[in-house]
Amino acid sequence: MAEPRVVVVGAGPAGMRACAALAEAGLRPVLVDEAARPGGRIYQQPPDGAGRPARELYGLEAAKATRIHALAPALAGRIDHRAETLAWNCFADALDLLGPGGPSRVEFDALVLATGATDLALPFPGWTLPGVYALGGAQIALKAQGCAIGRRVAFLGAGPLLPLVACQYLEAGVAVAAVLDATPFLAKLRGLPRMLSAPATLAKGMLYVARLRRAGVPMFFDVRRPRVEGRGRVERLRFEAGGVEREVACDALGASFGLRSETQLADLAGCRFEFDPRTRQHVPARDAAGRSSRRHVYVAGDGAGIGGADAAELAGERAALALLEDLGLSFDANRAAWLEGSLARLDVFRRGLEAAYPFPEHMVRDLDDATMLCRCEGIAAGALREAAIAKDAGEVNRAKAFTRVGMGRCQGRMCGRAAAEVLAMARGEALGQAGRLRAQPPVKPIPMLPGLLS
Amino acid sequence: MQFARVKPRASAEVAFTIDGRPARARVGDTLMTAMLLNAPALRRFEFGEGARAGFCLMGACQDCFVAFVDGSRVRACTTLVSEGMAVLTGASDG
Amino acid sequence: MSAPVFDVAIIGGGTAGCAAALALRQRGMSVVLLEKGACGAMASGTNFGGVRRQGRDFREMPLATRSRALWDRLPAVVGEDCEFRATGHIKLARDEAEMAELERYAREARDHGLELSVVGGNAVRALYPWLGPKVAGASLCADDGQANPRLVAPAYARAARAAGAEIREFAKVESARWTGSLFEVDAGPASARARRLVNVAGLWGGEVAGWFGEGVPIRPLCPNMVVTEPLPYFIDRSIGVCGGNVYARQVERGNVIFGGGRGWGDAQAGLSRPRADVARDAMARALEILPQLRDARIIRTWTGFDGEMPDEIPVIGPSLSTPGLVHAFGFSGHGFQLGPAMGEILAELVADGRTPSPVEPFSIGRFASAPPAPRLT
Repeated sequence: MAEPRVVVVGAGPAGMRACAALAEAGLRPVLVDEAARPGGRIYQQPPDGAGRPARELYGLEAAKATRIHALAPALAGRIDHRAETLAWNCFADALDLLGPGGPSRVEFDALVLATGATDLALPFPGWTLPGVYALGGAQIALKAQGCAIGRRVAFLGAGPLLPLVACQYLEAGVAVAAVLDATPFLAKLRGLPRMLSAPATLAKGMLYVARLRRAGVPMFFDVRRPRVEGRGRVERLRFEAGGVEREVACDALGASFGLRSETQLADLAGCRFEFDPRTRQHVPARDAAGRSSRRHVYVAGDGAGIGGADAAELAGERAALALLEDLGLSFDANRAAWLEGSLARLDVFRRGLEAAYPFPEHMVRDLDDATMLCRCEGIAAGALREAAIAKDAGEVNRAKAFTRVGMGRCQGRMCGRAAAEVLAMARGEALGQAGRLRAQPPVKPIPMLPGLLS
Repeated sequence: MQFARVKPRASAEVAFTIDGRPARARVGDTLMTAMLLNAPALRRFEFGEGARAGFCLMGACQDCFVAFVDGSRVRACTTLVSEGMAVLTGASDG
Repeated sequence: MSAPVFDVAIIGGGTAGCAAALALRQRGMSVVLLEKGACGAMASGTNFGGVRRQGRDFREMPLATRSRALWDRLPAVVGEDCEFRATGHIKLARDEAEMAELERYAREARDHGLELSVVGGNAVRALYPWLGPKVAGASLCADDGQANPRLVAPAYARAARAAGAEIREFAKVESARWTGSLFEVDAGPASARARRLVNVAGLWGGEVAGWFGEGVPIRPLCPNMVVTEPLPYFIDRSIGVCGGNVYARQVERGNVIFGGGRGWGDAQAGLSRPRADVARDAMARALEILPQLRDARIIRTWTGFDGEMPDEIPVIGPSLSTPGLVHAFGFSGHGFQLGPAMGEILAELVADGRTPSPVEPFSIGRFASAPPAPRLT
């Protein structure tokens, strides 16, 4: 049989481990990744010329980051790495690509989608002002560019990224104005039992919080009704905590409320999706090994469902082993079983995190009609609510057609989740009823005639 | 300027212009970083009041597209700044 | 079975079907409409959005003229304008042969009540400086225009519901028959019985006709569409070309929508996908006529299912096998503008047995000797 053509999309922890396992088995996968250098988001490498040590860039995750980065030279010559290349469409067992050399198309016999995640954004008054960034964005500014998003930065979130990024800014010498958790303190205690299953990880999280406290950074829990104010830029953040109206002076705000999976290519590949009430997201249906509903299409890492970097590494390798098995090639079944067991153990911790940081429904309930929900097209939450009721548009694609929410350049990445939550709440229906935005090619904006314009 | 450089870069300087005014950044800065170290925002919002200065920094939100004087546009957070770039933010004042 | 018997059952929730439901309700008849998905999700919602008389087969002109008046009345009829704008439509010639074609059509169009104004290369560049250099001339229909296809059928559906029509979505019709006294329409829990039946099932209209012994050859037509990011507004006419291999319009928000060529569709599976290679060809042709698009980014491509007849004109008119059954399907890529008028025409055919609009050229009888339509679902 001719050498099977395998493509891996995404060079983060999941994609890199998948490539390593496939190369180990003697295959030569094509690795497609938008960045110039591997690492994905969490282990994103700065552009050449930064020269900063891994300890400074990745903190306590430095060893893991370094190991992932080291895979690239180890695999040099054994994989076909298409860097700075966007896979913008998947159809008929082929991917349409756009890279530095122009457009191309790669056919596959098997496909691993390790497309990662983005910040989960939720709208609040002032969130589009210059100076408001996603938490992950604030981290990228520091990690990949050595810059702070401002000089006196507040942070708002609903997940473990909140204390981490705030702490990273603190250690970089930036004035941290406040750390605002939109989830209750008590929730952390509820999550504690499961989080004890990974004591080292838990300890890291507690360390970040301890450092912030020691530095006297104001921290609040169960923060409600955040509002950013300022004349054309961030000048202050107002919010409620403990029933008291408060205000923090700041010139920048890092704010997002978890992560959301990038599933557009899985959708275009024809994978069946399931609504996961635990994470409130529609994700590709998958078995424990990462097989999707489509033969020879595998999903791994945060792109298949948020699980974190450690789980991504395991899932990437596990998916590769499933791919080998399904192609009739030999694979290490014991290793596969061990990987699944490890993933199951990590999932216990993950569920603890989810309990510690429950989705802040008050952000949806308190979202006033005038606040902009779709930041690309400038559509207010009220327009969505009106369509939900007056036009019976309880499903996001229908609501998108009627209101333009999700029709902008971001293709619903920043607003799609909020739109679903708002629709469901407006109609008193379960969140799953609102559906998910259908992916349409290109999965990101592409130039008119890529590579063919002089 | 919105951003603050907290980790100095040892790389070479890059000279470029924002709305015709000279600005400086370093090799390895994205265009977004370069602009926001020199200016308060990246572009005017086309469907309402106000300016935009990006959001996700990872090529997802698409809010950081900036225009060059020749009419072409790039996503600033995924484009490295280079010598001689001439960007327009649409800001009404200098 | 004590289920109510409706005066009329309508198979298909596109613009024509929903407009017919409204018109029939306004005549006091009880109406049930069965749509397999959401109203307007098929061809009515996935077309280019051109509201156009120019370029039509002249047999369609009386219907298109009738429909044009209704587009102006949308706010009164369905409560919103569905973003209809009478921007005018220019059909471009890219060489002398195409110019001659435009002039020929314009002369004949006058006899059918359509006034067109044809201009040559210099005038066209003065009028539309944003057109590319290869444009040799243009024919303008000043009162043609464009609208948002995603809004129209749903608006008619809401108006029909408000008028008392029973609109059943996600109610796929599996079969239908005439019992001798009633039409029985099988759609699972949404099944219905009616005294009259309207077949506006789009691509699936041929199959429905087949249930009554008059199947016709109809094939899927998936228009391949491309949408750009919002751009400063500069294309103030809707644009087509001789031969139709590219067409473009710019909405007020600034997105440029253009199309050309066919996407991929599996009608049996109900799946359709735009094709990247077809989109790239359309991009190249769009750039020739609209060079200012060179810096634009594409943010969306899409397609959908329309139904195409071998002679490129629809089937409209009474069944020749079953009294009380009326057909209107197979609009072959140019049904959008006709939708509002089709509602009225269908109501006339059902309620009065005839219509003042000349629909004889569209009779299903012209396919009497054709092979039946293959089963699509």
